[in-house]
This record gives sequence, structure tokens and C-alpha cells, in this order.
Amino acid sequence: MSSSRNTVRQLSTAVRVLVVLTLLLGVAYPLAITSLAQVAMKDRADGQIIVLNGVDVGSALIGQDFTDDAGEALPEWFQSRPSAAGTGYDGASSGGSNLGPENPDLLAAIDDRRAPIAQLEGVDPSAIPADALTASASGLDPHISPDYALLQAPRIAAERGLEEGDVEALVEANTQGPDLGYLGESTVNVLKLNIALAQLDT
Amino acid sequence: MTFASGVLPILTVVVVLVLLYRPLGDHMARTFTGARHLRVERAFYRVVGVNPDSHQSWRSYLTSVLAFSTVGVLLVYLLQRTQALLPYSLELGSVPEGLAFNTAASFVTNTNWQSYSPEATMGYAVQAGGLAVQNFISAAVGLAVAVAFVRGLAARRSATLGNFWVDLTRALLRILLPGAALAAVLLVAGGVVQNVNGFSTVITLTGAEQVVPGGPVASQEAIKMLGTNGGGFFNANSAHPFENPSPWTSVLQIILMLAIPFSLPRTFGTVVGQRRQGYAILGAMAVIFLLSLTAVTLAELGARGSASQSAGSAMEGKEQRFGIVGSTLFASVSTLTSTGAVNSMHDSYTAFGGMLPMINMMLGEVAPGGVGSGLYGMLILAVVTVFISGLLVGRTPEYLGKRIGGREMKLASFYILSMPILVLTGTALSFAVPALRADIEGTSILNPGLHGLSEVLYAFTSAANNNGSAFAGLTANTPWLNTALGVTMLLGRFLPMVFVLALAGSFAAQDRVPSTAGTLPTDRVQSITLLVGVTVVVAALTFFPVLALGPLAEGLL
Repeated sequence: MSSSRNTVRQLSTAVRVLVVLTLLLGVAYPLAITSLAQVAMKDRADGQIIVLNGVDVGSALIGQDFTDDAGEALPEWFQSRPSAAGTGYDGASSGGSNLGPENPDLLAAIDDRRAPIAQLEGVDPSAIPADALTASASGLDPHISPDYALLQAPRIAAERGLEEGDVEALVEANTQGPDLGYLGESTVNVLKLNIALAQLDT
Repeated sequence: MTFASGVLPILTVVVVLVLLYRPLGDHMARTFTGARHLRVERAFYRVVGVNPDSHQSWRSYLTSVLAFSTVGVLLVYLLQRTQALLPYSLELGSVPEGLAFNTAASFVTNTNWQSYSPEATMGYAVQAGGLAVQNFISAAVGLAVAVAFVRGLAARRSATLGNFWVDLTRALLRILLPGAALAAVLLVAGGVVQNVNGFSTVITLTGAEQVVPGGPVASQEAIKMLGTNGGGFFNANSAHPFENPSPWTSVLQIILMLAIPFSLPRTFGTVVGQRRQGYAILGAMAVIFLLSLTAVTLAELGARGSASQSAGSAMEGKEQRFGIVGSTLFASVSTLTSTGAVNSMHDSYTAFGGMLPMINMMLGEVAPGGVGSGLYGMLILAVVTVFISGLLVGRTPEYLGKRIGGREMKLASFYILSMPILVLTGTALSFAVPALRADIEGTSILNPGLHGLSEVLYAFTSAANNNGSAFAGLTANTPWLNTALGVTMLLGRFLPMVFVLALAGSFAAQDRVPSTAGTLPTDRVQSITLLVGVTVVVAALTFFPVLALGPLAEGLL
């Protein structure tokens, strides 16, 4: 058999193989997993949407910003990390800033974040933890460090007329340690914390 | 860094890999050497018209690989170009020519470089029916070529290497599909979404609207990691909470990336009938792996560089739940395998921390490398090492009883040379040709100064090694980069495969030289050390100058 005929034969085999495999791996496989996930673990498969008073208020996994239209922090809420997703926490546009380690824009951004936080919380600028000053990788990071949450507690208490100890206890209750005790960092889910805060008020 | 946060996660990964090594390695060996066909496989061969008991010469095997991959590129291209007509496309239009070519080349070559933002570009039909299918298939092709090469080493006076279609089918049905299905279920349990909901809108606590995406993510995520592909369902890839919700899912993804590449040395040792040779290859892979992992982690924890110093820690582009160590572990594994998934943004790493993932790729993706490609890459380096040690002590170079003659050494050299040539040519052209340079500097590069060079160097390194990760500030969706990176990915994948299969044919045709007192052993600690040395020296000599222009200078200045 000539090599060109062999090539043609192989190409036609390739087409048939690819068509069958596309049906198996591109249609049957994702459909089977989707069906199984939707039947057995619907809440997780749908993104753990939180419903309050009949309204979808967000996903437990996706961060939100708690700012006004101008991007200024709303002082009655715990604040999330800076976000580079769209104009901030845009679920249709995930991503980081990708600014390099020596980029003047990044240095300026960090300084521009530090001053207002120091002022809002009434703390020394050097006391602000790194996660408050840096944009996350996804732009949708739902978490802050326990340090940053506790830093915000006095301001939240003052704004809402609550006892500082109660707010700190709320932060403690919403702090999740590392998985299995050693994987990853301790985190506070800002949306869940703020929901708990709103319920504390009422 | 404490013992618990720094060392235990790595230990966890290592323990799981050790437990997997024998059963998974032996399962893969049985898969590719067993004479029996499963009933479903027989049915499949009948439908597609393949005689599963015929054997192919290396040329015929290569023709099948290339024919199948060509058809794959065409189908992924066509699906993107007709996206507007496909169901579940979220009203996203068809993908433009240049980007569609780049993406088709990217996913067929197991690279998964993404010049686009998935949320804004690819609907579910293209993602599941085109991209995820290639996630399976490109990994299976890598496995098939690796197995054909191992058969060449094991064979005596044979004109054939096996049957590509059988190897492909078995890799998919007996290894990748069951593995991915299991992993997908675990990922959903861990919070990775799996739906066809499209974009929905929620009303946040402050009364604002927020878009929440959906998609069949877990099914794709599973094979994205298991097949060392790395293409994210979302732009943020494995940093996105819907792709990678927690520290333990992140460790699961790390294990998925490493499971097959680190078990393949066992498969190799079993098939050639000398398990110690498998341990030698594993040993070399493991040494480089652990050194690199430690270096990246220390660089990021050290937080050198202006931004990290100012913020207090290198948390720009990292997720709080993973922290520094969870991010660097993932980055090392993703670039030491040819996966290229990210759970943190490498572009924002400290200068040295960002250089190390680049070096991981420049080593040629061999520690442990991609599914299949890592094994054949390391075996080629073993051949080169034997040749060099033979020269040093004046003995005839042999590997597993196969003579390394002129033809064999030429093929091994072509293999070693092709990747650096692609990386350096692409990078050099981008800056040397005035029109291209204007485009690169004006449109593509995000970060000024030395870091801009690093972005371009990273891109070509990633493409030529079929990794797919990026210094993602780079805007790659331009005519030059879509074309140049697309061509680089294709050549970076298939040129080495040509040399590997030719070498396999050459080895298969030889008889096995009996080993004598004069034979240089290849399964001792000295030979492992030499292999590690050759791997590092080849890369260091090739890439030191260009690294000095980019990340080295940035980190030292």
C-alpha cells in the first residue's frame, strides 16, 4: 500500500474515531456527571446559593464588595479584599491584576488602599494585614484573614451600636481553620459574616 | 512557616503518590500489554473500522498520531467558528479566526494556553464538546506515544510498536475516563459547580446586582488536571472558587496532576522487565521535583521585591484560602508537569518566585512532566546521559541493552534541541523585528521594564513545552502572538513526537545486547545523579543568558 493511500485511510479512521469519542467524552460524560451531581448534590452543584427572605443574595463561594456606587467602603459592613475582577467582584470577569512585583502601578495601588483603611479603622498603617492591601488571584476571593476581620470589629461595633466583644465573638464563630488542621490558611467568609451580622442586629 | 503548614501538605501529596505508584503503574502496564480486548472496545473498533490486532511500524504509528491530531485541530477550530449556531453557547458569538486557530492548536497539543477569557468567549458546547474532549484525547495521545517508546526499548528485532488506535482507546476507557469520572464526583462534593445554568444574577446585601456564572465545570476540571491539560473553565483558572473552592480540593487537584506522570516509571520498569530502571527514572524526577518545590516556596515566603515588602507579604494574586504555601505548591506542580493550571497569578510573584516556574518548564517538562510526555522526555535524557557517561569513561553507550549509535544520538539531540530553538526564536523575533516589537510593547506587554521581557519569554517557554500557564498580564490575543504561539505549540508537541517514535523504531529493530561487566549500569545512585545533572545543565546552558535579561536582573536590581 502506498504511503499516501495509507495517510488517506488513517485520516478517515481518525474522523470516525473522533466523532465517536466526541459523543462519548463531550456529550455522554458531562451529561452523566451533571445528572449525578444535580440529583445527589444539587446545592453544591449549583454553587451554594444563599437565599435570604426569598431572594438569592449570593454564593457562599463567591466574594462580594460592600461599597457604595463610588467604590467607598460602607462602614456598617465587613470589607472584602481588593478585587481586580471587572470593576470589583464581577462574576462574569474573574482574574487578578497581574501587576508585576516591581510595577509602580502596583506599589501605588497598595499605598492608595492603605491610607483609607487606616483612616476607616483608626489604626496605624503598619497594622494592616497583607490580604487587605492586595488583590486576589480570582478577583472573587470570598475570604479575608481573621486578622483583617478582627481589625474591622471595633468600627463595625461603633457603626451598629453593638458591643465590641459581640462582634469579635461573631468573627470567631465565622473563622474557619485550615482543612484537616494543616491545609491552607485560616479564613473568614465575608458574605457569611455579614449575613450573621445583619441577623445579630434584628 | 511551621512544620504543619509548610511540610505536611507536601508530605500528604508524597504519601498518596507513593501509595498510587504500584497499583496505578501496574494497571497502566496491564492496560497497554494485555492481549484481551474489552467487549465495549471490540464494539468501538468495529464501529470505527480498526483491526485491533494489527501492528504498526513507527512510521505508520506516527502517521496515525498526526492524522488524528490534524482532524482534532480542524474539529475544535470548526466548533469555535460556528459557536453562534451551537446550543448552550450563552449567546456568545463565533470565535475569530486567529484566536480559534490558537485555541485549537493549544488544546490538541495538551497545552491549554488561553489567549481568551473563557467567561466572555466560550459557551458550554465548545467547552464540553471541543475543549474537554481534547483534554481527554491529547493526554491519551501522550500516553500512547510514551508506551510505544517503552515498547521499542523492550522489543527485540521487531518492526512494529503496537497499534495507535488500540493504545488510544485503552488509555481513554481504562485509565482517563474512569479516573476523571471519580475525580469529578469528588470535586462536586468539594463544591466545584456542575450545572447548565448560564449566568444568573443575585441581589447582594448592599442591594447591588452580581453575576454568578455556572457551567459543567467539575467534569472538565477533573480531566483538566488528570490529563495535565490545565485550561481553565473560567479566566481565573484554579484560583476561581467555583473551580477550586477549598484547600483540600486544591491538594486533590495537585494529586491528580501528578498521579499518572509519577506512576509511569513503574509502568516503564514493568514493561521492560527491570523495575529498578523505573525507580531510577522516578528518583531523578523526584529529586528535581522536591528541589524546585522548596525553591519556589522559599522565594515567595521570603517576599523579596518592592510590592511584597510594601504589603507585608506576597499576597498579590493569591487567594486567602490557599495562602503562600498552597499557592507555591500548586505553581510548582503545575509547571513541573505540563499542566499549566494556576491557583495564583504567576505574573505577580516575586521576581525569583516567578522565574522558578519558568525554569521548571525550561527543564523540558520531565520532573515528572505531562501525561506520557514526561516519561518519554526523561527517557530521552537518560539516553543522552548514557552517551555522555560512555564518552567520559570510554565505554560503548548502551541503554537497557540498546546501543546508542549515531542515528540514535542524532534523534535524541534533535529532540533536546527543538524546544529551546522554539522558545528562543519566538522570543527573539518578538523583540528583534521592529513591527512585532511595536505590537508587543504597545499592545501585549502589561508590566513595564524587565518584567515585560519575562512575560514574553514565559509565553514562548509555556507554548513550546505545552504547559499553558502564563504571566497572564500579557495580552496574547493579537495576530502575532496567536499565530506564533499556535505554531510554537504545534511544533513543540509534534516535532519531539516524530523523534521519539523514530528512536523507538530504531530501538525496536535492534536485538538486546547482553549486559556484561563492561556495561555501564543505569539504575544506581550515581546514574540518577548524572541524569539529574544532565537535565539541569542542558537547560542552564541554554537559558541562563535570557533569564539574566529578565527575571534574574529584576530580582537582583
